[in-house]
Amino acid sequence: MLVFVVALLAVPIVAPPFWVTLGNYIGLYSIVALGLVLLTGVAGQTSFGQAAFVGLGAYTTAYLTTRYGASPWLTLPVGLALTLVVALGLGFITLRMQGHYLPLATIAWGISLYFLFGNLEWLGGHTGMTGIPSLSLAGFDLKDERHFYVLIWGITLAALWATRNLLDSRPGRALRALKGGLEMAEAFGVNGARLKIIAFVYAALLACISGWLYAHLQRFINPTPFDLRQGIEYLFMAVVGGAGSVWGAIIGATLITVLKQMLQDVLPGILGRAGNFEIVVFGVLMILLLQFARNGVWPFVARLLPRRRPAPVPDAPPLPTRERTHDATRPLLEVKGARKAFGGLVAVNDLTFDIRNGEILGLIGPNGAGKSTTFALISGALPLTAGAILFRGESIGSHEPYKIARLGIGRTFQHVRLLPQMSVLDNVALGAYLRGTAGVARSALRLDRDEEARTRAVAAAQIARVGLGEHTFDDAGSLPLGKQRIVEIARALAADPSLLLLDEPAAGLRYLEKQALADLLRSLQREGMTILLVEHDMEFVMGLTDRLIVMDFGEKLAEGPPEAIQRDPLVVEAYLGGVA
Amino acid sequence: MDLSIAAFLTQDGVTNGAIYALLALALVLVFTVTRIIWIPSGEFVAYATLTLAGLQLGKPPGTIGLLVGVAIVAAAVETIATARRGEWRRLPRRLAAWLGIPLAVAAIVWWAAPLALPLAVQVALTLAAVTTLGPLLYRIVYQPIADASVLVLLIVSVALHFALTGLGLWFFGAEGSRTPAFTDASFQTGQLTFSAQALLVVAASAILIGALYLFFGRMLYGKALRATAVNRIGARLVGISPSFAGALTFALASLLCAFCGVLIGPITTVYYDSGFLISLKGFVGAIIGGLVSYPLAAAGAVLVGLLEAFSSFWASAFKEVIVFTVIIPVLLWRSLTTHHHEEDE
Repeated sequence: MLVFVVALLAVPIVAPPFWVTLGNYIGLYSIVALGLVLLTGVAGQTSFGQAAFVGLGAYTTAYLTTRYGASPWLTLPVGLALTLVVALGLGFITLRMQGHYLPLATIAWGISLYFLFGNLEWLGGHTGMTGIPSLSLAGFDLKDERHFYVLIWGITLAALWATRNLLDSRPGRALRALKGGLEMAEAFGVNGARLKIIAFVYAALLACISGWLYAHLQRFINPTPFDLRQGIEYLFMAVVGGAGSVWGAIIGATLITVLKQMLQDVLPGILGRAGNFEIVVFGVLMILLLQFARNGVWPFVARLLPRRRPAPVPDAPPLPTRERTHDATRPLLEVKGARKAFGGLVAVNDLTFDIRNGEILGLIGPNGAGKSTTFALISGALPLTAGAILFRGESIGSHEPYKIARLGIGRTFQHVRLLPQMSVLDNVALGAYLRGTAGVARSALRLDRDEEARTRAVAAAQIARVGLGEHTFDDAGSLPLGKQRIVEIARALAADPSLLLLDEPAAGLRYLEKQALADLLRSLQREGMTILLVEHDMEFVMGLTDRLIVMDFGEKLAEGPPEAIQRDPLVVEAYLGGVA
Repeated sequence: MDLSIAAFLTQDGVTNGAIYALLALALVLVFTVTRIIWIPSGEFVAYATLTLAGLQLGKPPGTIGLLVGVAIVAAAVETIATARRGEWRRLPRRLAAWLGIPLAVAAIVWWAAPLALPLAVQVALTLAAVTTLGPLLYRIVYQPIADASVLVLLIVSVALHFALTGLGLWFFGAEGSRTPAFTDASFQTGQLTFSAQALLVVAASAILIGALYLFFGRMLYGKALRATAVNRIGARLVGISPSFAGALTFALASLLCAFCGVLIGPITTVYYDSGFLISLKGFVGAIIGGLVSYPLAAAGAVLVGLLEAFSSFWASAFKEVIVFTVIIPVLLWRSLTTHHHEEDE
């Protein structure tokens, strides 16, 4: 880091003007690529239209400064506001749909805006606009490229800092979960569509700033640098450098810019004719990269650098917990005549049962009995066809998963849904998402540290509670399956639930792991937790639960304490196919 | 605007729309079977026009060099893959397919170029050359990463588009070409004039769409592709090779694109980089069909053609702006009507 900054500072002092110019462009491109790291590398969305946002920033300032003599420092917020409106509109339209609509829409938008710039007389048409004033900062005119260099890289480093902060925060964790963990994240209160729009807007705003700088650096603009080809090159920069890391943006911008410069100088000489040969090389390089090293250059560089030690968990007071006032005469959860039909197939048919405060209730039944559907109905993953589900007397049958999570119902998944590249601590901290409030701006500016420390303390406490303290900083994906299931429970606990829904927690566990799990659930019960267990494993359920509900063909077959259920002839028939 | 102008613009729009419809069908086909958003389809259109133009001038078109180069790379990739699995016995057959066929096609086109053959034969040669290119590029570029996410495949498509545009400049040069009309005839009904050329284009598109319908409805290979589109793993389990399905899809889609190129050649001057805008118009049509519905995609493409014709009359400078901005309300409509919320790959 230090070496990087020193090298950066040395350029304008010692390097020839050509390198300063190149450095300026690298900085401008890096700002755009940083936005793409967040959008593409982290949130998993792609935009080919970043160049158009750069153009929006550049044209806004060019028009306002040349036509109305506005101060460049005033045109920046205007450009940002314009970009915000456009990005919000595009994001709202496309981000609710599958991933490939955003890139297609940005291609169309990139082309439209390019032709618009080129055909509007008052924006100078294809010849462009000249006479854009230079920037002055506190009375100091930044006409010299060397001076401008300082400004560009100051802003680049600030953007780098803010983006890094953002990734290491409450919204950052949620953003990192969007790629491959959307359903899980939404169950913990993350609003995926909203976060995707935020990432898109963030990237667009960075692009707009880059455009504003570009206009005042060049002091002349035409539509060409804002066309779709440039938009594609921005994406290449992020992908080549390594879109998973903020450093990837800088590396990618540097590599592509230098490479392009070299190719433009060298290729025509070799091939003996002039032409756009660098795009062939770029295209081929990109294809090879995606075939053989999809994560870009940065992982190779990172391997050479010493691995940073994880910051220790701070000793902070835990986040506030919810108030647990409960009318003891009422069950915690009431399922009343719940029905779920998929077309003609009735998966759950008029099911009625209660979960009492403080008990461990088991929901069992043969394959296809409707257990998982019932679980999905309670957790909000599926809407009810008819009937009602009440949690503390409040109807939750039509709630979205995150609203149910907010009321105090925590869940695990039948197939483990952890983010394998993230540490156990970060995975569990995601469970506490709804207990925090830090937003993007606060996190990017590092004003969230107090809350973040408390979140981490909560996560660490839950990890210790389930007995995985030694794995706190390990990647979640490196743990064996049994421990991953326990991490899922810790994550659910981090949300401070009063009802815990466990979907086949013992599936795939070995004998000793099952025993440890049963011990954990018993100790949670002693601490006052209510637990609903959907299970296959008879032995596990019989020894652990207070009561059992047996389902068969979508209906309740029997209900009662485990000993009574074991003797129930109906249950025996359902499981063993009839008594001779 | 009077009736005759409106009629002229409609005719123009439907003609262009019919061409975009073929392209939209190719894009839907490729997307449903392979999940690839096939941005480089436009280059195939441009290559086809430029190939036919080259043959008309009696000189060997740039496609020959391209075909030979790509075939050599594909053969190398195939040889390495075969060697890795130690399947040496199968190598001759594979080389015959990946190297032999393309070289034979290239040789025939090269031999036929100076002969000034009839237009129909030249069209056939053009279709053969461009169609051969499709599976080869699939083999080299997409097959090694066939399981990647839609997004990665899309970025690769854009990269391939880049490379093919540059190669187009290298092999075909910077000059634009226009091919002669298939027919100059026109006939009059009342005050409306129809050009036979326009009717020919619409008829050709309609016939191709009908042929596709038969292929997918009646023929085993067509059914295999449909099965792959519906369920990739299931199709694999019943013995449909995904690489074969991919290569076949690309052959079909390239053929459709080549037809587009042949049909569009007499209408507009095509340069090495003209394909991109053409393919994007096909995309707007395909997106109207949600990238999955053939009839909606074709209808959307005709709509794009009409829109383009009428906007070039009213605001010709903003033709492209209007055509590509239409995608926004379309997406909005789709976004509001789609409740399907799928976990992103």
